[in-house]
Parts: sequence; structure tokens; C-alpha cells
Amino acid sequence: MTDTPATRPGTPPKTPEEHLFEDTKLHLFRRYAAERRFRLYGQIAIMVALGMLGVMLFTIVGNGWKGFLQTYVALDVYLDPAKIDPAGARDEAKLRNADYLPLIKDALDEAVPGVTERAERRLLTGFLRNNPTVPVRDFVLENPHLIGTTQRIWIATSDDIDVFAKGGYDRAMPEGDRRIKDIEIAWYDMLWNAGRIEVRFSDVLFSAGDSREPENAGLLGAIMGSVFTLLVCLIITLPIGVLAAIYLEEFAPKNRISDFIEVNINNLAAVPSIVFGLLGLAIFLQFFGMPRSAPVVGGTVLALLVLPTIIISARAALKAVPPSIREAARGVGASELQVVTHHVLPLAMPGIMTGTIIGMAHALGETAPLLMIGMVAFIVNVPEGFTDSATVLPVQIFLWSDSPERAFVAKTSAAIMVLLGFLILMNLAAIMIRRRFERRW
Amino acid sequence: MSSLTLILIVAAIAAAGFIAARARAQSLAVAGSTLHSRPVNHGAMGFVLAALPAFLVLCLWLAAEGPIGTAAIEAGLSAAEQELPDAERGLLVERIRNIAAGIETGEVSSEAHRAAAAAYVDALAASRLWMSIIVIALSVAGAFIGMTRVSAERRARNEAERVARAIMLVASLVAILTTIGIFMSLIFESVRFFGKVPLTEFLFGLEWSPQTAIRADQVGSSGAFGAVPLFLGTTLIMLIAMVVAVPVGLFAAIYLSEYAGPRTRAVVKPLLEVLAGIPTVVYGFFAALTVAPFLREIGATIGLDVASESALAAGAVMGIMIVPFISSLSDDVINAVPQTLRDGSYAMGATKSETIRRVVLPAALPGIVGAVLLAVSRAIGETMIVVMAAGLAGNLTFNPLDAVTTVTVQIKTLLVGDQEFDSAKTLSAFALGLVLFLVTLVLNIIALRTVQKYREKYD
Repeated sequence: MTDTPATRPGTPPKTPEEHLFEDTKLHLFRRYAAERRFRLYGQIAIMVALGMLGVMLFTIVGNGWKGFLQTYVALDVYLDPAKIDPAGARDEAKLRNADYLPLIKDALDEAVPGVTERAERRLLTGFLRNNPTVPVRDFVLENPHLIGTTQRIWIATSDDIDVFAKGGYDRAMPEGDRRIKDIEIAWYDMLWNAGRIEVRFSDVLFSAGDSREPENAGLLGAIMGSVFTLLVCLIITLPIGVLAAIYLEEFAPKNRISDFIEVNINNLAAVPSIVFGLLGLAIFLQFFGMPRSAPVVGGTVLALLVLPTIIISARAALKAVPPSIREAARGVGASELQVVTHHVLPLAMPGIMTGTIIGMAHALGETAPLLMIGMVAFIVNVPEGFTDSATVLPVQIFLWSDSPERAFVAKTSAAIMVLLGFLILMNLAAIMIRRRFERRW
Repeated sequence: MSSLTLILIVAAIAAAGFIAARARAQSLAVAGSTLHSRPVNHGAMGFVLAALPAFLVLCLWLAAEGPIGTAAIEAGLSAAEQELPDAERGLLVERIRNIAAGIETGEVSSEAHRAAAAAYVDALAASRLWMSIIVIALSVAGAFIGMTRVSAERRARNEAERVARAIMLVASLVAILTTIGIFMSLIFESVRFFGKVPLTEFLFGLEWSPQTAIRADQVGSSGAFGAVPLFLGTTLIMLIAMVVAVPVGLFAAIYLSEYAGPRTRAVVKPLLEVLAGIPTVVYGFFAALTVAPFLREIGATIGLDVASESALAAGAVMGIMIVPFISSLSDDVINAVPQTLRDGSYAMGATKSETIRRVVLPAALPGIVGAVLLAVSRAIGETMIVVMAAGLAGNLTFNPLDAVTTVTVQIKTLLVGDQEFDSAKTLSAFALGLVLFLVTLVLNIIALRTVQKYREKYD
């Protein structure tokens, strides 16, 4: 202690041991800091990933709720018998082909009086949706006895008015920068004050096919297309997948061919999905001459795409059944096939179902291969069968996201919400089956 | 008769075959003979005999109808039309098919084409009629044979099991058939493409502009098929995605497997899986609508010119998509590292992070490399994000703020919309597809090998 010079007056001089201890403490402090940093990196990584998920869902829901709603304007339409049914026969075919536009124009004049200039009159008609006669015609066809009376009919507005009503355009914006004129805003305010404008659940979203006009575009065609496509996919992939899994897990001899099949399935599971689209185009469309844009072809391509996933999950489910079950069945004289069909397969069924549902969810969200086989066509009609031209939900999302109209942004987000809703339902079903039926051995 | 009704009829006949054979076997048993197999086995063989040959013929017939129909239409064309190049003749056949199906678009069809379409409709109807007759006859004959072959000595159970096993084998061969189908279709079309554009130009050419003109006399009608810009763009976007996904995914996996308590794990792991379950169109929409404008704005505020379809936006969003892929695979391999290795390290006084960095990660490295390779193959083959958020023009650049295009974007662009059959433009998509398939295949094989080898080491 005496031979170490005091560094500072007042502090006791340090021993070599104390120096060492200081070093260690510093070292330890650094090591613990590194430890904390490392841990923090992990937390940041998770927060980044989940944060992006949150931002993505937030923006989609933030835009999407508008897509479920539509702005409607109420018009008091005088269903003039002289104009739509001069014969007075209430003949359905005649009523269907009658011209309702003059009635709507009269009603508009009554609701927004004093518009005389030609250009403004055209603008006023453009206030309403494309084909504004459809709701009036449908109303008349449903209630022919009301011809000759004045009825309040709610007609959807055009997409720009709709975007404005949901707060898409700023009133303070200069007139040239927005797609809606000052005079239209004036009309809108007038109608709003008269209680003639309402934003409510869109009546086309789940009941109409695609359209170039956002206010008329619905998802029904895409949903039906998805249903048909997934049905084809399920019918093909479930039996083939389960049979293949049973063969590979229960019967296949340990040899090179079996190994090759296994390697093949694993590789096929990682082939880019667009390559399956090329396969569909070259083999199913060009070689076999199957119809373009049809759910049969789409379903077949998706079936090949998800087949490896289904085989792999079905094999896992079969493997989870303990060998003692098989031994017991053999012990009472069951044949190899009976062992599988009577004992192993029923026990593995919940696992297979779960895997299949998840595979189908995967197929429902798949887009790229379907683009290759023509399911991107613009199709207005709702498909009614497996060979009708159709599109599917994710492709519809892709098509709408490509459209320039602003109202389609909300529609696209709404379609994404519908798609995610279906996916959540399917995954919930899978989880429920797993929870309820899974057996731990 | 539609093929669906035909299938139902065959199924009904087969059911009848099952019942008849089983009933016969039962009556034999009642009569006192000792059967080798149970009546159900005889019934099953009756079903198989009635259903299987008929069903196979039905499938083959339907498969052959397309190519034979095309050949028949082509044979019916006039001599001048026969001389046309493959591409136009294919279009002509397609148009006649459309007329036959009742779809007439655009051009008014000539009388000869209408007649050809009518003949095609007749031939198709005749073909379907014969198909129905033959299939039903085969089915009935099969059911009958199945019934007559019932006897006490017949080893129906062994037969039925053999058939069942054969069907299963065929089902497991579908995966191989798919691979062969992919390979053949890509090779076949690519060979035709390389007949028009030399392989070296495709692989090493620096200019990509596949827009061949419709008329030969148009300016700039040649088209250039140098795919290097596409390979470069794909690599760039893939690298950006990896820069995002590898650290985030790896650290998330480390945190989840080494630090997080069971409760955090139970919440965070499924949430990360949600990222994997979201369809890629949704990511594409997010990239194009939110991320790209956001990056552009940030670029503008700090004085950088960011393209509205920048590689950065597409790559970053793709990276987020790949995070769960890397994190769940790495999680698996990290968990597979034996606890004894960790305990040894702790015994030497190492902290947790030191153990992870010096012991766990080196031990798990091959598996992690495998996971990253699989993720790379995923990123290269990903289509929708880049279709919606990346550019169309092939730029020779490595600047992440510029717009680049990728292999998958070009395949989609070349094949969607109006196609010219057999043009170099359409065929080039298949050549790109072949490159994509081979590259991802090699990556997958290497990755799966490493992961598997590694797994065996600690088992």
C-alpha cells in the first residue's frame, strides 16, 4: 500500500487487486451492456415486423371501410304512365325496355331547381351513377302497381361525388385540382341540407359483378369465381394428396424411387407459383385446348400448386399416429389396407383436414398463376359454372388496384378486407378442428 | 351428355357392380362354401372393374379431344390458309373454335369459317356420343365381369389391396408428372424461342425491349431479348428484401427461442405467421399505394429523386413478407441445437448473448444458411409484389431508388393480354420461366440438403 503513490488527495490509494477488480467490473459492465443491446435488437426486430403488419392492416382498414359504403341521393320520381307505360298494360317486357331517363331528369330538376345551362345540366346528370335508370327500373318492375304515383327512390351517386361525400376531396382545394366542381359541391350541400343524401352500405358490393364504374362494381362475380375454382382445386387435390401421403408414409418401400418422389415433392413445394401458371398455359390451354379464364383450369393449376403442401401435411398427420395402433390392428388380423383405412386414417383425419383447409386458404390467396391462364379478363357476368369465364378475389383486387378512378382505392381495400375475412374464417376453422379433435399420444 | 353426368352414371353402374358382386358372394357363403375373401372384397373388385377402365377411357378421350380437334380444324382449312405461318394458323383455329362456342368477337367470320365451325360442332357432338356409348358399355361390361368372377376360391381381398396400392402409387406419381410437365413445357417453348433468338444473346445481352411490332415494316420492330437487365433487377430487389428480412427474421427468431417467455412466444409467433398468410396481392397493393409514395416523399424532403416504382419499395415490402419465412425456419434450427451446448457455455461464465453468438449461432449456421437460401428462392420467384410495385422497363442499374424490372414482372407482362402465338415475344416468357425454374430449383436443392444434413447431425 505504501509503494503505490496516491493519485488524488483524499482518495485512498488502490491495490493491484482493486485495479483488477475495477477492470473486471468495467469489462462486466460492457458485457452486460452488450447483452442488453442484443436483447434489444431482438425486440426491435419483432416490433418492426409486427409494426409493419399493423401499419398495413391499418391503412387497408382505413381505406377499406369506405369501400363498403356508397353515397345515395333520394329523388322523388314521378312514375309517369304516359312515358313508361303508354299502353297501360303493365307488360313486364315493355316496362323493362322503357326509357326511365326523362323521369330521372325531371326528378333531378325538381330536387335541384334552376339549372338551365347545357354544360351544367350534363354535369347534373353526371351527379348520379352511371346507368342511373337501373334502380328506377328495378323499382317499377317490383312494384308495377305504383306507376302513376311519385316515389322517393335512392340512387347511387357517381364515384367522384361518393369520394367527396366520404371526405376524399378537400373543399379548400382549388377547383382545378379536384375532380369535382364548385357547383357540384353547392348541389351536394343543397341536397344534404334537404336530407336527400345518405351514405350507407353499398347494395352492389356483394350482389353485382365487376364494372368499369366504381359505383357499380361488385365482388359477387369474383367471390363465385373463387368458390368454383376452390371447389375444383379441392376435388382434385384432396383425394390425390391423401392417397399419395398414405402411399409414401405407409406402403412405399425404402428405395431410390421413393426417395426420388419425396425429394420431388419437397422441391415442387418451393417452385415459384408463376411457373405453375406457365404450366397451365402451355399444357392445359395450348395443348389440351381447355377454355381460357375458366375455373376448371384455374382450379386444376391451383391443385397442382398446393398438392405438395397437402401431401406434406397429410404425411405429418399420418406419422403422428403411433405405431402401436398399427401393430394392434395387425395383431387382430387386419390386412395392410384395413390397418390404414380402419385405424390410421380416421385417427389422422383431423390433422389432414387442418392441412387441407390451410392449403385451400393458400390457394384462395394465390394470384400469379391465374394471371397466366387468362383469369384477369374483365368479366361483368357472375359465373354460373365451372367452365364460365371468371375471375377470383385476389385477381379482382389486382384489377381494381390498377384502375385509375380514386373510388377504386377504397373498393380495392374493401375487397382485400373481404379476402382477409375469408382467410381468417378458414384459419379459424382449421384451428378449431385442431383444438377439438387433435389427440396427443 | 356432359362429362359430369357421365361420371355420375359410371359411378351408379359401379355401385350396382359392387352390390351385385357382394350379393353373389354372400349367396355363395349362404350356400355353404367357405370363401377365401369376404363378400365386401368381392364387391370392391366389382366396383373397381366397373369404374376404373371406364374412367380411364373417359379421361383419355377428353384429353385427346383438344389436340385432335385442332388437327381436324387445321386439315379443313383452305390450301392458302394451310400455308400460313404457325402463329396465324393457330389464331385461325382459335377463331373457328370461338365461332363454334358461339363467341364472335370483332371481325366478321367468312362463310368457310362458319362452315368449319359447324363441322367442328358436329364432330364434337359425335365424339361425345361415341364417348358416352363406349364408356357406359365398358362400365356395364366391367360390372358384369366382376359379378361372374365371384367364386369361393378367388383371392378378391389380395386383388383389391393390390389395386388400392396401385392407385395410391399413381397418386404419388402426380407430383413427379407435374415436375415433368413443368420441365417439358418450359423446355419445349424455350427451344422454339432459342431458335429465333440465340442463347448467348438472351443470357448476356444488355438490352431488353420485347415489343416486337405487329407489322414487319414498323420502325424498331426487331425487339431485343438481352435478359441481363432483368437478372440484375431481380437480384437488386432480392438483395433489398434480404437486407430487410435476414436481420429482422433472424433476430426475431433468436429473441423468440432464447429470450422470450412462453407467454410472449404464444402471442408473437402466431402474429408472425399472420404475415406469412397474407396474400401477396395485399403486399403488392400496400407497396404501391402506401410504401412507394412514402419513400418518394422522404426522398423529396432530403433531396433525393426516388422513382415512383423504386426497387426499394418493392424490395422492402417483399422483405417484410419473407420475415416469417426466415424466422420460423431459423427458430426450428436454433431450437434443434442441443441444450448441452448452451449449458457448457454458461458453465464457462458466458452471458446469454455470448452463448448465442459464439455457440448457438455457429452450431445452427448451416440450417440458417439453408433458410436464407430458401428465402432467396422465394424472393426471386415472387410475382405480385413486383408486378404491382416495380417498374416495367429494364434498366441496367444497381441504384435502389431507380425503377427496375424483374423476371417475373416480364413473364406476367408478356403473357397477359393479347398474345401473338409463337412470336419471340410470347416465347421469351417461357425462356425466362425456364431460367427462373432452374435457378430456384438449384437453390432449393442446396437449401434442403443443408437443412436436412444439419438436422441429422443432432438427432
